[in-house]
Amino acid sequence: MKRNLREQFIWLLIAFGGWLIIDLLTFGGVINSFMLTIITMIEINVILAVSLNLILGISGQFSLGHAGFMAIGAYASAIITQSLPTIWGFFLSIVVGIVIASFIALIEGIPTLRLKGDYLAIATLGVSEIIRITINNLEITNGPKGIYNLPQFSNWSLVYIFACIVTLIIVNLIHSKTGRAILAVRDNEIAASAVGVNPTKYKVIAFTIGAAGASLAGSLYANYIQSVTPGDFTFMQSISVLIMVVLGGVGSITGSVLAAVVLGVVDTVLQNYGALRMVLYSLILIIFMLFRPAGFLGNWEFSVKRFFTKQKSSRENKS
Amino acid sequence: MEELIQQLFNGVFLGSIYALLALGYTMVYGIIGLINFAHGDVYMIGAFIGFFLITNLHLNFWVTLILTMGMCALVGMLIEFLAYRPLRHHGAPKITSLITAIGVSFLLENGMSFLFGGDSRSFPQAIKLVNFKIGFIHITNIQLLILIVSIALMVLLQFVVQKTKMGRAMRAVSVDQEAANIVGIKVDQTISFTFAIGSALAGAAGVLIGLYYNSLDPLMGMAPGIKSFIAAVFGGIGSIPGAAIGGWLIGLIETLTFTLGISSWKDAVVYAVLIVVLLVRPNGIFGKKAGEKV
Repeated sequence: MKRNLREQFIWLLIAFGGWLIIDLLTFGGVINSFMLTIITMIEINVILAVSLNLILGISGQFSLGHAGFMAIGAYASAIITQSLPTIWGFFLSIVVGIVIASFIALIEGIPTLRLKGDYLAIATLGVSEIIRITINNLEITNGPKGIYNLPQFSNWSLVYIFACIVTLIIVNLIHSKTGRAILAVRDNEIAASAVGVNPTKYKVIAFTIGAAGASLAGSLYANYIQSVTPGDFTFMQSISVLIMVVLGGVGSITGSVLAAVVLGVVDTVLQNYGALRMVLYSLILIIFMLFRPAGFLGNWEFSVKRFFTKQKSSRENKS
Repeated sequence: MEELIQQLFNGVFLGSIYALLALGYTMVYGIIGLINFAHGDVYMIGAFIGFFLITNLHLNFWVTLILTMGMCALVGMLIEFLAYRPLRHHGAPKITSLITAIGVSFLLENGMSFLFGGDSRSFPQAIKLVNFKIGFIHITNIQLLILIVSIALMVLLQFVVQKTKMGRAMRAVSVDQEAANIVGIKVDQTISFTFAIGSALAGAAGVLIGLYYNSLDPLMGMAPGIKSFIAAVFGGIGSIPGAAIGGWLIGLIETLTFTLGISSWKDAVVYAVLIVVLLVRPNGIFGKKAGEKV
């Protein structure tokens, strides 16, 4: 436990260091407001990718429904901050979004997580689209027009903090008893249930936590962009998160973070190419997948613990 | 009531298009286990090829249909050769192929938008529209054409898969690629052939829908692509009659929501029915239940 604490502390230091660098660069004028927007979107994508990777990579369940949970968070925040435009209203709306999204994930997960592979993907896609169409048809969400002029509560540093918290929670979850059970179910469902691990329970746990992460990202997104429309949460949004996870390496949290950053940078660079942008993007995607089918990192994971023990052991070897 | 029956007929015609597309999905999925996301875009390419053949070369409808099917078959084989085959030979994870398929889909959509502009064009009327009235039901000759062409193609496909040597090879590869290879079946060639047939059907569907809706644009394949994949899942992936039934089912649900005045919930109803079907029959209506190995 004490060792673990030390690593968590180093982790926090690294995270704080990152925050400090961005903050100082902003202060020094190196990062302008355009770049800050990109950084914020990357941070939101980190939350989305890490939480989807929990479902897809760690739990091994193919979900195409991330956009739906994101929509729930976004609309929860949009509706609540409209009538309660304070920072506490915003935090309340985040909690409300997470509770609703987790509840729906629970109800959705218990029956559908019995399905396998692509059938599950289509079922989760279905639920996500049903959520979007419901939002599209409701009065309170202002239908297809969406909600505009929201107060801006999330900024890059708040999203940064949340991204770190989400990553920390998910990484710690993976290394906990529950996490080992989730991994066991992924690797072999029958063997896991033979040793007393309930597969459905652990799949649903991973799915629900992933959904909560997506909802959080949705809330942060809505109050950063200051508007939400149902069109932001189509199937394409789920696909773009899926691309991040696969590009980074399925099962590698480090990879998801890296892919979110790289794709954010690539997207920004490609904006100079106008109409060719998406053509180049798709070519890059295809070529990258052909040459690195396992993504950037495969299932390699950066670990503070391993990093330090390696250094220590190499020092011992020298002496 | 008359309205309802009229809509049921419309549903069958619309469903035939979904069925034609669903066949391509179901065959490709059945043989290599890949959701070929680019399939809906091959359908779009088909509509564009048909458009150019009729407007620029002034070909007659039937020649256009056959030429389009041939060209789309080539497009499908090319996609398989360039994008999916290298991954298959590397034994890459399935999800990598899926992302590649999504990439190909983006490339076709945006490439076509880049080359020909994103605006919607109107499809030339290659066949003069004639209205029939049987009792109280209105049917156009184009609707009948869609129905007859799609049923003919489905019967042809069923014949190819069940009775020919290539069809037997396809079925063998879909059961076990390695074993098929051992008994001397050329696996790559068979998979390529499957893509060719599926894409040819998508091309036919593209020309037919162009004629029916009278418009085409580079993004027209997205929504029908997903819907017809759902149709394939409904019927049980890998089953040809299943895909046909699934296509018609979706066509019927869509037109029924229209009759009931809840057309803005159209897709939600389709998905809800899909989820219920999957929960009751996890492998679709006609799907085979694969035993789980311990």
